[in-house]
Amino acid sequence: MKPLPAWADLLLLPLLNLALALCVSALVVLAAGQSPVGAMRALLVGSFGSWDSVGYTLFYATDMIFAGLAVAIAFQCGLFNIGVEGQAAIGGLGLALVCLGLDAALPVALLLPLAILGGAAGGALWGAVPGWLQARRGSHIVITTIMFNFIAASLLVYLLVNVLIEPGQMAPETRRFAAALPQLTAFGFPGHSPVNLALILALLAALGVWLLIWRTPWGYGLRVAGANPEAARYAGIDHGRRIILAMAISGALGAGIAVNELLGTHQKLLLNFTGGAGFTGIAVALMGRNHPAGVLAAALLFGALAQGGAELSFEMPEVPRDLVLVVQGLVILFTGALGGLLRAPLARLLAMGR
Amino acid sequence: MEAGLDLVVSILAATLRVATPLILAALAGLFAERAGVVDVGLEGKMLAGAFAAAATAAVTGSVWMGLGAAILASGALALIHALACVTLRGSQVVSGMAINVLASGLTATLAIAWFRMGGQTPPLPQSARFPPLPLPGAETIGQIPVLGRLLVSVVGGHTAPVYLALALVPLASFLLWRTRFGLRLRACGENPGAVDAAGISVARLRYAGVMIAGLLCGVAGAAIATAQGAGFGTDMTAGRGFIALAALILGAWKPWPVLATCLAFGLLDAIAIRMQGVLIPGLGVAFPVQAVQALPYVLTVILLAGFVGRAVAPRAAGVPYVKER
Amino acid sequence: MPGAIASPPAVACRGITKRFGHVLANDAVDLTVHRGSIHGVIGENGAGKSTLMAILHGFYPMDAGSIEVDGRPATIRDSADAIALGIEMVHQHFMLVEPFTVLENVMLGAEGGALLAPGRAAARESLARLSAEYGLSVDPDTVVADLGVGDKQRVEILKALHHGAEILILDEPTGVLTPQEADDLFRVLRSLRDQGKAVVLITHKLREVMAVTDRVSVMRGGKMVAHRDTAETSAEELSLLMIGRRPAAAERPLPATPGAELLRVSDLTVQDGAGVERLRGVSFTLHAGEILGIAGVAGNGQTELLEALAGMRTPSSGRIALRGAALPAGDAAARRAAGIAHVPEDRLRHGLVADFAAEDTAILGYHEDPIWRRALGLMSRSKVGAHAARLMAGHDVRPALPRLRSALFSGGNQQKLILGREMDRTPDVLLVGQPTRGVDIGGIESIHRRLRGWREAGRGVLLVSVELDEILALADRILVMFDGRIMGELPAGAADERRLGMMMAGASA
Repeated sequence: MKPLPAWADLLLLPLLNLALALCVSALVVLAAGQSPVGAMRALLVGSFGSWDSVGYTLFYATDMIFAGLAVAIAFQCGLFNIGVEGQAAIGGLGLALVCLGLDAALPVALLLPLAILGGAAGGALWGAVPGWLQARRGSHIVITTIMFNFIAASLLVYLLVNVLIEPGQMAPETRRFAAALPQLTAFGFPGHSPVNLALILALLAALGVWLLIWRTPWGYGLRVAGANPEAARYAGIDHGRRIILAMAISGALGAGIAVNELLGTHQKLLLNFTGGAGFTGIAVALMGRNHPAGVLAAALLFGALAQGGAELSFEMPEVPRDLVLVVQGLVILFTGALGGLLRAPLARLLAMGR
Repeated sequence: MEAGLDLVVSILAATLRVATPLILAALAGLFAERAGVVDVGLEGKMLAGAFAAAATAAVTGSVWMGLGAAILASGALALIHALACVTLRGSQVVSGMAINVLASGLTATLAIAWFRMGGQTPPLPQSARFPPLPLPGAETIGQIPVLGRLLVSVVGGHTAPVYLALALVPLASFLLWRTRFGLRLRACGENPGAVDAAGISVARLRYAGVMIAGLLCGVAGAAIATAQGAGFGTDMTAGRGFIALAALILGAWKPWPVLATCLAFGLLDAIAIRMQGVLIPGLGVAFPVQAVQALPYVLTVILLAGFVGRAVAPRAAGVPYVKER
Repeated sequence: MPGAIASPPAVACRGITKRFGHVLANDAVDLTVHRGSIHGVIGENGAGKSTLMAILHGFYPMDAGSIEVDGRPATIRDSADAIALGIEMVHQHFMLVEPFTVLENVMLGAEGGALLAPGRAAARESLARLSAEYGLSVDPDTVVADLGVGDKQRVEILKALHHGAEILILDEPTGVLTPQEADDLFRVLRSLRDQGKAVVLITHKLREVMAVTDRVSVMRGGKMVAHRDTAETSAEELSLLMIGRRPAAAERPLPATPGAELLRVSDLTVQDGAGVERLRGVSFTLHAGEILGIAGVAGNGQTELLEALAGMRTPSSGRIALRGAALPAGDAAARRAAGIAHVPEDRLRHGLVADFAAEDTAILGYHEDPIWRRALGLMSRSKVGAHAARLMAGHDVRPALPRLRSALFSGGNQQKLILGREMDRTPDVLLVGQPTRGVDIGGIESIHRRLRGWREAGRGVLLVSVELDEILALADRILVMFDGRIMGELPAGAADERRLGMMMAGASA
């Protein structure tokens, strides 16, 4: 079978998959007894209709960028990292411990970077352990990362309920941190929305990932190991070490979700702050073809879906924001597993045209 | 003494109830993986089954129609999985995860759209749920001290899905180890080339394994929503599909060890719930419920790491079968 | 042969033709196998033997031709058809289910009913009978994973017989057997023959052919070139038929003196994953300014030799010394740095990354080199691109587009790119495996010219090839490998088809 030309592979196919996912979702909206067109309009208006909306879209997109980068870098090494939720959670723990321990003693300018580092360290640890288990013990990374998600959740619940909870409070949360990342509205961004400096960090992270994977010898070795482990053996590339480091970096990127949510808005550690972003990251990475540029575009899309979905559920109470999960699941299905469905007919169609 | 017996009986009975969906889902995963198809979508299929059962039972008033709907819903998702993994040879893990996310969104969306109750289905009256089945002669047997209580409340008095799950264990064992179908299915999971060379269709057997998984997950979902519970609530499966996956791994992909593992998990859960908030005597620390809840996952990781024993999955699971040149 | 004249042949193939793309794997092949005989089919790699057998047992459909089984026309579309006709195959790589017992493996596909219990008893009985009849003793309740290689092969044969095989095909059966186990196998094959079965033995080993077959057919280049009664031919005649007449090697300027010793391999032994020795105590030297050719049919240890030298595989014993200094164990990157470059046999699997741009493939193995770096340890795309452009121009790689995906280049151009990459560092030793596999005529000439040029420049080339023509055209000295050992060494001038063929087929010259 003739392979698809690059533009079709990277741009057309993901868009077609998205269109297909939206069509099926439209059917779901119909089944819910509502108008798909109306839903679509509410979605668009809700995500970009006002500066507030745009801000929220970007805020959610920030989570998606970090999650998408995390999953993408793991995929580049041939690994399916389902554990971003857990890595973000432990990242949040690391971040919170730094803040709770040091926020009285340190000035904001020093505290914030340290907190971010603490978060990255936590995430990196929670990613590196499954990575080590895969590289040195042969444990399947998919299963271990799924398990680590649940272990992280249990750990967080225990700590928040019993150890870190603000005394005298009912809700399982810590006290407020003394510092937070400045919101972009403080720099002149119009409207009211929680989009904050973490967005800039996410964009820098995207740049950093691009440079690391496509412009360094280490990244080159990573891509070889992911694409063709036998060629890696031929070239003398240490596959095992790449796996562990890739997973550590992946986990650290996932911790960016904690930076955005905890340092950016909530200013405390609480349960379920990830909101499923770790799984959305899978859809973002698949749509973005595991490349930072694609991840940025796909993250914006899913951020818009998240925000638009929330607005949609206000306007049409019968269609909840969970509809976005349907779109997400379909995107993962079409791009990831049913990819063969569209690829062959598309290739034939394009070949006919020539 | 009475209070002690009450506690024991209540914990044991709860164990069986809690373990039932785990057993069903783990057996589902067993059939799929023994055939060579990894299935991480147990959670999603169970959730879809739970919603279909609750919704149908609420509308029709019949719990058995609910069960049928649950099997259809879960089966539809299983068909998608089979299509993606066997026919299109796509990534089995991605397909499973997609089904989980899809089911989560779809059930919540339809629940809110159709029932307008914030994601729940209407609470089911007892007539639309699985009734508890009393032990025959419960009145007389119940008079026997200690043993009578145990027989009546632990052995008897459960709903149909519980007994079905328990009966399925020997049935699965028989099917997989004593029939031609089972021999061929297991061979597909170890060396599909050998099956192909013998002139047997690998694809058909793998489809069968995945569809059986769909059926069993549907029953599991119905058990959660219409036997254990009285209706559907968003994400009510709460990770049970992944605990079932853990049980499958810890149970070495064999029905009886899987049963034992599921019962152990059920027991842990039953104890943990009752111990919540209770202080450990002498330490003054609250009982770490979360530690108990995390135990299945931790044990699985330890086993996978090969520190204690080895987890040997069906050799060909996870790899699409392609006839070699 | 009892009754052979009266009854129709077990299998009669006429005009079998099969094409894969440009390659004519089988060209109007005829083969007649009689009941109660052991029929050998021999030939080098790529002669077409495996394709013919694959067609016979239903793995591929043929493009043209006819097959008759027991005198009746037969259509074989898939393996189920073949099995129904009584044609069974014992594959080179066993098709057994490791965790199952012998009994369960034998039953798979012929269970005798929906429930296993009755079938089990019947299978046990059948196994006992077959074991007695043919001398194939295996314990039915042993798990296959615990069996040795020889026993596993018996299980394959028992399986075939239990399924009612009348025509049994064995593909290179002795590749993994000890000589003792091979003799046991021959005893079994003779039993089968005496019971009236037809046995087809695919092999490239003359010892086997002469020892056990009644008739032998020789394939070469996709055609069937000869049929003989084994008793009326000789190893020499067969080896000549197998490799054919070779054109006299073109005149070559011989090096004035053999240069300094570059590589010394002493007693190198390599085991595969299953613990079977693939390379058995091999020793040789490579000098500067020479091309050392390693000839032999594929699967006789050449791959393991190359991988051990390249640092991709750790030998279980033996020494490799470069310019007198011992090389440390398996690290491909260190070997490159020391001056040993490697053009792999399987370029798609090892030599390139299909989805990478050509310029990225062009630095595979050399990506750590500081040459590519600009500032901050970042790689410069323009330097990488310029390097690729230079290589492509210098080695005539077409199209000369560094950004094009590696998979989209033709085989010949891929090979030229890889050769260029490995030569670019001017290593002292160049390891080359199957350099012209899947390459067009023009590409072959170009690559051969490069390799000769390398030699003229005073460096060393170790050339492994299953193409005898290539070895004869390029090598100064020729080593022949068989069964993991070096059978003999010949200088280019003294290499003739007879001796080479004998050594390649396992007979000492």
